[in-house]
Amino acid sequence: MSARYGMVIDLDRCTGCGACMMACAAENNVPPVPRATPRTGLTPMLVRKVSNGGEGVDRREVFIPIMCMHCERETPCVGVCPQQAVEVDKATGIVMQMPQRCLGCRYCMTACPYHARYFNWWDPQWPAGMEKALNPGVAVRMRGVVEKCNLCHARLHSATQKAAATGKREINPADYVPACVEACPTAAIRFGNLADKHDPLSLEVRSPDTFRFLTRLGTEPKVYYKSKEAWVRALAESNSGSGVETKRG
Amino acid sequence: MASSVLADSRWIARGAERTSLPQFLLWLAPWAVVLAAGVYAAGLCLFYGLNQTNMDNRFAFGLWIFLDLGMIALGAGAFFTGFLVYILKRVELKPILNSAVVVGFICYSGAIAILMIDVGQPLRAWFTFWHPNTHSMLTEVTFCISCYLLVLSLEYLPILLRNRQLRKLPSFLVFEHQLHNLVPVLAGVGALLSFFHQGSLGGLYGVLRGRPFAFREGFFIWPSTFFLFILSAIASGPSFLILVTAAVEKVTGRRLVPQELFRRLGFISGVLLAIYVAAKSIDTLIWLNVTSPSVGFAPWQYYIYKPFGTPILFTEIVLLGLLPAFLLTYPRSASRRRWLLTAAALACAGVLLNRFVLTVQTLALPTLAFDEFLQYTPSWQEAASFGGVIAYGVIVYSLSYRYLPLFAQPKGQNTHVPGN
Repeated sequence: MSARYGMVIDLDRCTGCGACMMACAAENNVPPVPRATPRTGLTPMLVRKVSNGGEGVDRREVFIPIMCMHCERETPCVGVCPQQAVEVDKATGIVMQMPQRCLGCRYCMTACPYHARYFNWWDPQWPAGMEKALNPGVAVRMRGVVEKCNLCHARLHSATQKAAATGKREINPADYVPACVEACPTAAIRFGNLADKHDPLSLEVRSPDTFRFLTRLGTEPKVYYKSKEAWVRALAESNSGSGVETKRG
Repeated sequence: MASSVLADSRWIARGAERTSLPQFLLWLAPWAVVLAAGVYAAGLCLFYGLNQTNMDNRFAFGLWIFLDLGMIALGAGAFFTGFLVYILKRVELKPILNSAVVVGFICYSGAIAILMIDVGQPLRAWFTFWHPNTHSMLTEVTFCISCYLLVLSLEYLPILLRNRQLRKLPSFLVFEHQLHNLVPVLAGVGALLSFFHQGSLGGLYGVLRGRPFAFREGFFIWPSTFFLFILSAIASGPSFLILVTAAVEKVTGRRLVPQELFRRLGFISGVLLAIYVAAKSIDTLIWLNVTSPSVGFAPWQYYIYKPFGTPILFTEIVLLGLLPAFLLTYPRSASRRRWLLTAAALACAGVLLNRFVLTVQTLALPTLAFDEFLQYTPSWQEAASFGGVIAYGVIVYSLSYRYLPLFAQPKGQNTHVPGN
């Protein structure tokens, strides 16, 4: 049975600690880029700090982790790639990026409304000794190609292999948890299979407090957000919120 | 004997008057410096990567894409003149055809050179041909531009082989003759390819569902920008030919084509521009009232950021669209050289502004509610590469003008002046 992996990120729980960003970088061999600016760094998971624009007691702030939304319909980045380096995996619903085939034209980056795609502006380099901590299950990307969140696909691969070794076709859900979900100290990021009606995530996305960004574009993102704050939920659509980004990363 | 063959005057067409070699080299020298700076900057980008530019993850396209789209639009004069002469039999435009081919060749080869620097992995360019995504507008652009540059090279070759010294080689003469017979076929193929890639360049942004400022509904698989780009390119291409020819006339101090040809080209450009302005206005109204609101973006959102307010829309449609269309078609203004050239310059500026708005403004505008309006200033490497392409164009055109017959007289109108 095909899966539809997705997430719910509870913004009321997010403290902006950045553990998800660090876990993502460590899991996916994202190199440190000392010369990067906030707009040239590699951050497949990026925590953005947004305020309601108020002052004093009226001021409210929220941390919003932004990542690839794994759009399900009319996926903006898939149709534009000239050499099929981006595809939606029908078995999992994960939007996959193949850096080995990427030309580095960055057309997919202009197509993404969530700005969740990143270009390798520099050669990947690690401080001496740090290369020993690289994850052997994830290929390092070279300079000049685009990358993004793939829901820790290497972990899915390991889970599939583990299931196959025991003669099973389906993976054990406990064996496949993305690094950011695992690292979040407040359990603000929840992960699951939206195609499974019994998955807690499928129930959670029906909550009136959940929302997705830019749903009117019709791309059906599979990353949901959750908040009891009305002004936070109002950020969902472009012209309905009045959020101001105050800090990122 | 060998030295006399190599003498510069022996390569210039018999009877043609050209400036002395030192003066010509003096003209080329500053352009060669700009070209060298451009090659150096491009080398830095290729060697060290695109971190040499000021593009970033949000402003993933920059000055170079604007240059590509602008040059390809202005270079449309090549295919469109060929289409008019060989397919629609407008032989009165023939005197400018060779020049149009050279301008087209420069624009397209320059655009492809810049594209090769602009991609992160230029050595993987062949992947697009090997693993083509047939749904991507960029695939269509890549295929058609590559094929059309080949067509332009084949059209340029007979002009090149008409050089005084090259003609002395019998095999070249035969080859040139055979190629010349093929030119009408090439013109037809070129027109077909060009219609598609000019349109696909428009479609490149029109299909971006995630960028409601650029996204357009359309016909079948093509967004409206597909058709608008074709129209604006064939409208501005002839105007650009007028400007280039007038500039060459100014530099050389000679009349190269009859004023009537300028007026004819101007009229064609003006009529097409008027049709384009009408289509663009209708498209803008549909986009503002239907397309954009339907995806959750109120039109006012796009125009609250200075300097990208509504004046830019007014400038594009009225000042650089409607006004030059009127000046180019109204007999009294079109018959005056100064007005004609002004109108042609406005028409070209209009198409460049359109490409700028679609490439730069689209990326600067926010999409998420908490995004900010972005600014981007090209690095010196980007600007120098840009300048290098312009210098390359001037040098290739200057050499072509000096040694090749660019402005032939139409049959029966005058005696042929080789290599004027």
